[in-house]
Order: sequence, then C-alpha cells, then structure tokens
Amino acid sequence: MTGDPGTEAAQSPDLSGRVVIVGAGHAGGSAAALLRQYGWTGPITLIGDEPLIPYQRPPLSKAWLKGEADGDSLALRPASFYTEQSIRLRLSTGVSGINTAARMVTLDSGEAVAFDHLILAVGAAARKLPVPGAELAGVLELRTAADAELLKNALGPGKRLAVIGGGYVGLEAAASARALGAEAVVIEREPRVLARVACEELSGFFQDYHAARGVTFEVNAQVQGFVGTDGRVGGVALGDGRTLPCDVALVGIGALPHESLARLAGCECRQGIVVDEATRTSVAHIYAIGDCTQRPLPLYGLSGRLESVPNALEQAKQVASLLCGRPAPAPETPWFWSDQYDIKLQIAGLPHHAVTRVIRGNPADAKFAVFHLDAENRVQAVEAINAAPEFMAGRLLVGNRKPVAPEKLRDTSVSMKEVAA
Amino acid sequence: MAKIIFIEHSGATHEVDAKTGLSVMEAAVKNNVPGIDADCGGACACATCHVYVDPAWLDKTGKPSAMEESMLDFAENVESNSRLSCQIKVSDALDGLTVRLPESQH
Ligand SMILES: Cc1cc2nc3c(=O)[nH]c(=O)nc-3n(C[C@H](O)[C@H](O)[C@H](O)COP(=O)(O)OP(=O)(O)OC[C@H]3O[C@@H](n4cnc5c(N)ncnc54)[C@H](O)[C@@H]3O)c2cc1C
Ligand code: FES
Repeated sequence: MTGDPGTEAAQSPDLSGRVVIVGAGHAGGSAAALLRQYGWTGPITLIGDEPLIPYQRPPLSKAWLKGEADGDSLALRPASFYTEQSIRLRLSTGVSGINTAARMVTLDSGEAVAFDHLILAVGAAARKLPVPGAELAGVLELRTAADAELLKNALGPGKRLAVIGGGYVGLEAAASARALGAEAVVIEREPRVLARVACEELSGFFQDYHAARGVTFEVNAQVQGFVGTDGRVGGVALGDGRTLPCDVALVGIGALPHESLARLAGCECRQGIVVDEATRTSVAHIYAIGDCTQRPLPLYGLSGRLESVPNALEQAKQVASLLCGRPAPAPETPWFWSDQYDIKLQIAGLPHHAVTRVIRGNPADAKFAVFHLDAENRVQAVEAINAAPEFMAGRLLVGNRKPVAPEKLRDTSVSMKEVAA
Repeated sequence: MAKIIFIEHSGATHEVDAKTGLSVMEAAVKNNVPGIDADCGGACACATCHVYVDPAWLDKTGKPSAMEESMLDFAENVESNSRLSCQIKVSDALDGLTVRLPESQH
C-alpha cells in the first residue's frame, strides 16, 4: 500500500502545502533546497536535532579530520541560504512523535508543528559495541561533527588510536590518524577488512597499503571490552587475552537506521523505513529519504539500504520531483567513493548477481579495477582504485546492462571507451 | 572575492560573489545555482559539476589534472573547454569568470 491515490501530489501538484522535513542532514537539507529549486511555494520547515546547519559527513573521516578542510567548507550551503529561500530551520530540535490523523509532528518541547507532507530524513545511528568499558571517556564513534571534533582533539603525534571495525569510516580514520602522526591499529572480527562491502582483492590491497604506511591489523579478533584508569580508556581487551594499549578508541561497526519515529506513525519498517521508487512510505503523506530507508534497487530487482551521499541526493530528487509534480528522475546506478592516503576508491553498482570477477590493471601499481560480471557477462559492479576511466565506463555499463568481452576488459591495451562501446 | 557568472543551459544567468579559495563548484552550490549537482562534494569522483569555461578564461583557469581529464573523458557532451568546476579554485585573477552549464549532469 502506498499513499492515497486521490491525494497523490504528483497528480495535482499544489505547490503551496506545508512541508515538514525531520532530519537536517545531507538528505533533508538537499530536499529542502530542491523543493525550492523546483518551484515549491509553501512553507518548508527543516527540523534537526544537531546544532549545525546541514553539512557533509564524508570529510569528517578524511580532509577535515586531517585538518585540510575548515568547518565552513563542511556546510552544504551557507546559513543565509535558508533565510533567502524561506526555509525555516529549527536546529537543536528533536521530533519525538507524529500524529498522522491530525498531520502534526510533536517536538521534544511538546510543541506541535502541522504538515501537509512529511519527509523523514532521520539518517542512521552508529552501532554500539555492547562490551564492558564502552562508556569510558575516549571510546568514540564517528557519525556527527561533534563526534569528529572529539576524535580530532584526541589525535596527534605519538597518540595511539585503536579502530574497532575495518569498514570505510574506520580505515579512513586510520589513514587520517597516520597523517596526523598518530599510531593506528585496526581490530576486525572478520578474516579481512571491508569484508561486508568489498571483494577480497580490494580488502587485500587496502590492508597492504595501510600496513606499508604503519597501520597494524588484528583480524579474526574479538573485542572483550575496554579497560582504563580514572574513567578514561587505556586499552582494548581482546578475546585471546591480550590488551592493546591505546589513548583513544573509535568504534566503527556500522550504522542502524533511525526507525522509531516512522514506527510510531505506522510506517512499515524492515531494516529501514520501507519506501517505493518515489520515496513514499506505507503511510499517505509521509515520505522517507536517505540512510534511514529500505529502498527499491530497480537495476537488481531487489531492495536494500544504501548509506551514501549519492543515495541521499537521488532520493531527495525523487521526493522533490514527486511533490512538485515533475517527471520522476531516471533511476541512478548506486555508487560510492572513499579517499585514503593518495588512493581514490570509486565503486559503482552492487555485486548481487555476480558470478565472476575480472581484474584490470595491477594492484601492485595502486591503479586497477575489479569488475563483477553476471552469467551473461554483464557488469554488475566495479571497484576502481585510482582508475577513473574504469569507474566511469563501469558505471555506464552497470546502468545499460550491455554484455562485455572479459578478455577485452582484462586487456589494458584496449581502452575503456572501446570496451564499453 | 571574485565575481563568477554562471549561465544555465536555458540562458538564465547567475552572478555570484565567490570567496577566494573556494572552488567554482562550491560558489555555485552555496548560492543555489541550479545545474551543478556536485554529488561528491568536490572529491573529483562524480563528474556532476561539469561546466564549459568561456574561451576567454581558459588560460587563467589552467589545465585539468590527469584524474579530472579521465573523469571528463566519460562525461556527457564534453567539449574542449569542459572542466569539473570543483577543480577550479577561485582567485582574484578569476574575477569576472564566465562558465556555461550543460543541459544535464547525468
Ligand atoms: C564519517 C563518515 C564518512 C562518510 N563518507 C562517505 C563517503 O565518502 N561517500 C559517501 O557517499 N558517503 C559517505 N558517508 C555516508 C553519508 O554521509 C550518509 O550516507 C549521508 O549523510 C546520509 O544522509 P542522511 O540525511 O540520510 O542522514 P544524516 O546525514 O545522518 O542526517 C540525518 C539527521 O537527522 C537527525 N535526526 C535523526 N532523528 C531525528 C529526530 N527525531 N528529530 C530531529 N532530527 C533527527 C540526525 O541527528 C541527523 O542530523 C559517510 C558517513 C560518515 C559518518
Ligand atoms: S563535485 Fe564531484 S567531481 Fe566535482
């Protein structure tokens, strides 16, 4: 069930309704701006519980953490933008309830705010590690600018960082810590880093690259708890009895979508707020976008949760187009990037139906790509290391589903233009 | 500060005052100039900040890096004056820079 067809915004675009957006992050901030760009004339209220205007999170583990970008450059748009565009920003304001019948949201203060259309852009929360000592000072997570500030202040020459979880955010933080002169150890439960999100070749490449730059690894490792003195972390206790000393620990073991508000409103949730290809939830007049959603992946005939900026932007476009009565934007190929040291990783697609992998280039040159092909030699996903042509052509191929010749793909003397032609 | 002029595909013109040190992309996004998506926020990873630099300014904006060039290679409707605007830094020398926007970034 999606929406009530009689009041479907796309069918009778009334651009004057009251839009309330909960969550002033990447998705919420972008949706507000796009609504105005597409001609929405009604009141737009953007409510967020963080004290900051909408900002980008990717630099928090990369350029910003290394001190290469200032706070101003994090903001999606300057504060004046919201005034100029008559977007009412309510920061440091949490939403605690939704009354679907009366079409109101309730703020933490008890105040009610009425809406005609409600967009949930509430993001996700860092997953907690339920072990003894997790409450010690210096055991950090990295989701918000405030988290990043704590981490940055704890790093510096000679400091020891223990990263729990070898995902992208953890590896990026380790690389940034090295750039700041700190030591870094990455503790991973699986036999390899990036186990959930990348192929073996890529995991191996990143682990070697980090190791050559002084990061140490503990794989197949169980964290029993954190130990410390005077309420401050001093080490990570492992399952094999060892304790690794550290001055600061970063827990980076994934994120859980914020679902509680949507559940209160009766929206179907299944590892994320379930939405359709136009961001409608199961409840009329309520939409959801960004990290908090369980969304269709039309290229793969599946649904899933994507935690990326391109996903937040795609869904922001979808909801703004729907409300403003514009044609639905064409589905995009999911993609992602990560920067570590001088390495640019770009990934397009998802390897769900892949049966073979083709490697183009040589990992030893830090310039290569792994293509994931299905049984008909169609590219399902590409993981590109310092290989922009492979990424760009691969992204096209994932979208247009044209079969490729694996021997050409493997042969770097054949250009990607020719492979994709 | 430098004045940057963005001309949309439709012909609509936007004049913005850009702080030195920002990228041309950031100057557009922060002023809500439509037509520059900048999905990756300036990481030279997405090619959705494609612009055509007015030929009179090509000397001053300089040459794209190898990475930028290969990203552009696969962008749509690329011309010899195509650039990724996140890779052009605003400076006093660029006061008056005019760039045109492609019909779409995808
Ligand atoms: C350190 C880090 C690095 C990353 N690097 C990359 C990268 O390189 N590339 C990439 O594509 N993606 C990256 N990501 C992911 C990307 O930042 C997210 O996908 C994106 O921010 C999602 O946007 P969102 O608006 O859905 O959620 P968020 O940006 O998390 O925004 C949600 C907002 O809603 C607020 N909120 C939640 N509940 C309520 C409530 N009840 N009331 C009021 N406000 C509420 C939250 O506090 C938050 O401010 C990174 C993320 C992190 C944390
Ligand atoms: S903003 Fe992504 S390449 Fe310029």
